[in-house]
Amino acid sequence: MAKRQKRFEVLDAREVNKDGFVTEWPEVGLIAMGSPNDPRPSVKVENGVITEMDGRKRSEFDFNELFIANYSINKDLAEQMMALSSVEIARKIVDINCPRAEVVKVFSGLTPAKIAEVMDHLNPVEMMMGMQKMRARRTPSIQAHVTNVQDNPVLLAADAAEATLYGFDEIETTVAVFNYGPFNALALLVGGQTGRPGVLSQDALEEATELQLGLRGLTAYAETVSVYGTEKVFVDGDDTPWSKAFLASAYASRGLKMRFTSGTGSEVQMAYAEGKSMLYLEIKCIMLTKGAGVQGLQNGSISCIGVPGGVPGGIRAVIAENLVTTCLDLEVASGNDQTFSHSPFRRTARLMGQFLPGTDFIFSGYSATPNSDNVFAGSNFDTDDYDDYLLLQRDLKVDGGLRPVREDAVIAIRNKASKAIQAVFEELGLPRITDEEVEAATYAHDSTDMPARDKVQDTKAAQDMLKRGITGTDVVKALAKRGYTDVAQAVLNIQKQRVSGDYLHTSAILDKDFNVLAAVNDLNDYQGPGTGYRLQGARWAEIANIRNAMRPEDI
Amino acid sequence: MTQITEAMVRDVVKEILAQVVASGAVAAPASASAPAADVKEMTLREVGEAKKGTSTKEVVIALAPAFGDKLKKRTITGIPHSAVLRELMAGIEEEGMTARVIRVSHTSDVAFAGKRGAELSGSGIAIGIQSRGTTVIHQRDLFPLQNIELFPQAPVLTLETYRNIGRNAARYGKGDSPAPVAQINDQMARPKYQAIAAVFHIRETEFVNPDKKPMDLEVRFS
Repeated sequence: MAKRQKRFEVLDAREVNKDGFVTEWPEVGLIAMGSPNDPRPSVKVENGVITEMDGRKRSEFDFNELFIANYSINKDLAEQMMALSSVEIARKIVDINCPRAEVVKVFSGLTPAKIAEVMDHLNPVEMMMGMQKMRARRTPSIQAHVTNVQDNPVLLAADAAEATLYGFDEIETTVAVFNYGPFNALALLVGGQTGRPGVLSQDALEEATELQLGLRGLTAYAETVSVYGTEKVFVDGDDTPWSKAFLASAYASRGLKMRFTSGTGSEVQMAYAEGKSMLYLEIKCIMLTKGAGVQGLQNGSISCIGVPGGVPGGIRAVIAENLVTTCLDLEVASGNDQTFSHSPFRRTARLMGQFLPGTDFIFSGYSATPNSDNVFAGSNFDTDDYDDYLLLQRDLKVDGGLRPVREDAVIAIRNKASKAIQAVFEELGLPRITDEEVEAATYAHDSTDMPARDKVQDTKAAQDMLKRGITGTDVVKALAKRGYTDVAQAVLNIQKQRVSGDYLHTSAILDKDFNVLAAVNDLNDYQGPGTGYRLQGARWAEIANIRNAMRPEDI
Repeated sequence: MTQITEAMVRDVVKEILAQVVASGAVAAPASASAPAADVKEMTLREVGEAKKGTSTKEVVIALAPAFGDKLKKRTITGIPHSAVLRELMAGIEEEGMTARVIRVSHTSDVAFAGKRGAELSGSGIAIGIQSRGTTVIHQRDLFPLQNIELFPQAPVLTLETYRNIGRNAARYGKGDSPAPVAQINDQMARPKYQAIAAVFHIRETEFVNPDKKPMDLEVRFS
């Protein structure tokens, strides 16, 4: 067009039009739900063995289907539950008179194609109704990302401490440079326990290294164990469902909490979706997780969010995958953890599917650093959005897992964490952290506020730390020796968890006194108004009391 | 109020870059090869199955199945593959090492392409690169999904980054421990490019041949 209509020129310049959208391409699986290539539901059980599933004979199963047929479906209930109509099952999810346990029982007998069909009967509000009832832990929670592009350990410790003050129950880091891995784990362990004893920390790395850091007590849980919905993508990842189950049992055997990770769009992103819809393939991932005996799953598209986000109905499919995870009685860490859109409207709308009903972890995670420092390539919300998020909680009287904090408290805890990591580095013979760095980390907005560190020296020392066999107990000793008794005690208590194993229960988090809150002692009992989790009392007062509201006496 | 559009920003950046180049602020490549900006086209010719290299001075560049001579021959941001490859090679040569280019056909996964290249590399170091521009520096002894340096966000990679990637790969090949290549972290690359990147990767994967062995390539720039 030679001459532009002025309103279209304005529209073209809007944030939303910086997002990338694509048309559906069902032949390769670029479709959110209901691909014409998705199979029709069916099941046949003979002598306790599933001999047909979703139109395929057992001899035609790929390894995912074999694993699901063997381990993920209750063979005693399968034919009975599959006989229920999909719309009837969908209504059970929404119906407040149908208890959570009954939905869980029905889902234990369903095949992947059946579950996909059930989801297609639900609109987003019905899905949220379902999530409110089906999430495993009654009390909702939230996880944070704590990273920076310089892998600066002092800043990581300070940010971890601040994050826990805001109320995050889990904190997750990863690296910009691989060899920094052990330092980042150490920084979150020390910073996190300084901020709030009992917070769980993890370090998302290549799987073998991630496991090793867990075994050494430098992390408290793991999440980055990915499963995929097609055999080809699994093979590309050098894995099978059995190898993932083996890895899961390695964590369990040492008493470490872990969950799997998957999400819509990963198979099509890796070009092997076999023409199936994103949700159908994701349901297979959720069922693999269930079959492997793992307590929970991080999903909600996760790092592939731009793919469902780019096609019609994609965000509805994302709400559906979180819901399916809960219907299969698994903990759900429900995404919102990646940059999703340039448009603040789309970002907020995408959040509502998890924020309003509440999930085990509404974010997995919320960026507890500015997005410019988020090495997971950014989150849906970051530190600069804290006041917006706190107001969403307050406006709607919804517990999103965070609390308002005071500036002086943040300064104090950042300073304490920075000094604690400084002491630990010195005691463990790691490269020196200067007082100047402690001061900078205390007041920093992001890593550009930090003095540069010698990265070659740091990464060598981080690898040497592994060679020397430094463990969580060495960290306890270092902290105790330097007078950080409370932090030392908290790090020690984290080490004890893997002996008691109580936090291996579904949806477990720890309170500041190291009491476990899980689906065993805090099982979601929502059955309509007057039941389930209610935001009230001291917790509501805390959320309502934002730092920037004017009181009558201020006038 | 004037709206600053992306096109305007691009124009300004282009202008500044042109001035910088004109003022000679960019160091001339140490090798005798042509600067990448002059490269228009290239031809890639398979010259036989890639065998394990014997020279410790060589760094392998492992091209994913469609890189360089299929589809649009450009990265996701439109940088010509010929210019990208030239920068990688020039970076390696600047450090006194030799670049050996191979085609990987059995996978379109950058990690596995890089890992295979590293296994074939005389120095044990390889660069893996996909058509969309995603790049990795890999080493023989690492697991496939480990890496020395990973450049997962193709949209933020520039020709200068590719030159630095070549340079660093060569330094690792010599046994040095260089500071990692500086990366821009554009957290908004995902919403803008991810769905498009998926389509890109699907199209590259259509050229995967699981049975075909890696092949040595003769590269000619014109």
